[in-house]
Amino acid sequence: MGHAETAADVILETEGLTKEFRGFVAVKGVNLKTRRGSIHALIGPNGAGKTTCFNLLTKFLVPTRGRILYKGRDITHARPADIARLGLVRSFQISAVFDHLSALENVRIALQRARGGSFDFWRSDGVLRDLNARAVDLLDAVGLADFAATPAVELPYGRKRALEIATTLALEPEVMLLDEPTAGMGHEDISRIVALIRAVSANRTILMVEHNLSVVADLSDTITVLARGEILAEGDYASVSRNPDVVQAYMGSGND
Amino acid sequence: MAAARDIAEPKGRMAGAAGAIPRHHYAAFAVMVALLLVAPLFVYPIFLMKVLCFALFASAFNLLIGYVGLVSFGHAAFFGGAAYITGHTAKVWGFPPELAILAGTAAAALLGLGFGLLAIRRQGIYFAMITLALAQMIFFVSLQAPFTGGEDGIQAVPRGVMFGFLDLGDIETLYFVVLAIFLGGFLLIYRIIHSPFGHVLRAIRENEPRAVSLGYKVDHYKLLAFVLSAALAGLAGGTKTIVFQLASLTDVHWTMSGEVILMTLLGGLGTVFGPAVGALVLVSLQNYLAQIGSWVTVVQGTIFVICVLTFRRGIIGELGRLLKRSL
Repeated sequence: MGHAETAADVILETEGLTKEFRGFVAVKGVNLKTRRGSIHALIGPNGAGKTTCFNLLTKFLVPTRGRILYKGRDITHARPADIARLGLVRSFQISAVFDHLSALENVRIALQRARGGSFDFWRSDGVLRDLNARAVDLLDAVGLADFAATPAVELPYGRKRALEIATTLALEPEVMLLDEPTAGMGHEDISRIVALIRAVSANRTILMVEHNLSVVADLSDTITVLARGEILAEGDYASVSRNPDVVQAYMGSGND
Repeated sequence: MAAARDIAEPKGRMAGAAGAIPRHHYAAFAVMVALLLVAPLFVYPIFLMKVLCFALFASAFNLLIGYVGLVSFGHAAFFGGAAYITGHTAKVWGFPPELAILAGTAAAALLGLGFGLLAIRRQGIYFAMITLALAQMIFFVSLQAPFTGGEDGIQAVPRGVMFGFLDLGDIETLYFVVLAIFLGGFLLIYRIIHSPFGHVLRAIRENEPRAVSLGYKVDHYKLLAFVLSAALAGLAGGTKTIVFQLASLTDVHWTMSGEVILMTLLGGLGTVFGPAVGALVLVSLQNYLAQIGSWVTVVQGTIFVICVLTFRRGIIGELGRLLKRSL
């Protein structure tokens, strides 16, 4: 992977990204390059600035300094809804589903956005029926076909994450940003989600924040380690895990 | 997969399934219409018309609180503002009743747009406070402006002749016109809830950040919902002016905003039929307990406390839970 990075290779890039909260610098001059088609993980101990960095990328926070480039285009000042329309779609650490809508309706809300006409308050929702087949296909892709009619709130935790991924996939994003996709999961659920992420990574780029090192080891092409808001190391798992600074800051801190 | 597709087909029972109006909604609607058609034989029609106006007002309010999760504390401004505009255009400008009501509705929609643009980005209590503050400004204008008649209000508003042939001076005709307006408004609200737009509103209510991350500009959706709610509240207020031939400060007073919240909560927040039932109960109380004077407020307060403590879903909400149907 040591080949020179051309502009076309990099789909998402930050330049000197910095976020300060009242004097506390959460993210300090981060230069991140995510290559098109790769699975890129952002790891680091608690308080390293991973989630802040993630929220900056998804525009849920406004950076104090620095730029964010998506396909060479400056999106530093774009709004969250706008970047979703450009093909950059995020998930949330806290499972983000529409609780009292069925699994099918959850996915269909995403399909409806691409369909347009969502301000039509005078039209019957019967027009949405055309989206059902595609919604069922997406649910099937994440193993939820049998749960189409189940309200999201009644799904077990791991299934909610799967539903969230199906909803995100409905937008056919070029880049998926996953915030701790396996947080709070048992071993079985983790392996299911890891398989799912690998399956959906075909033809798209995935940038994920992750705490669980074993997930990252199996999955990622590139790992960026953050500590105290700065990039500590970057590379594949083998090189990063051998880096003494990383061992000091991360492995040594007792995380499994 | 075949099984999954079967599941995916809309089932009447499944709330929000696209395209299929649940059979029990048809049934409940038919019962409501039948009752309203025969009611004037047994009950004083003016009282019924008051109930219908408030039922529409509460349903319009419910569109916002029940389906978007926005608590407006300023809806009296739309109801009362429209009441004044309808009264003024009918009495001073000589508008026929249909145009006067339309003018009131349009004014409420414009007012709603103004309120919405200022308040919609705020969340929770801040949203409520801004709508209250703006509504208080409308109250002050109503008190001071020359055309509103100050403490007297606009009295003796002519009912007129609707569409050139419906003489609203005739109580029976008036009743059926008001009934038609109520049913029209009610069905429009039902359609809004069950439209592609309504589905997005529900998603925003369930999880706003997620709706944003899916690319929805939620402020635009909320604003449209707010304007629709304001316009329908205005339709109720304008109709009320024609019925009572009066627009007064009571209509724009903040207690009116409180009453509509109470009606909606009592009947069942986020239910289709709840607000109308809540309006019926509350207007009945005010009417039949009028002789105990200000004690009515105490009774209302007590009912509110009981509602919050024991049946939080409201009358129709609890009934729906018992029947396992969304009503």
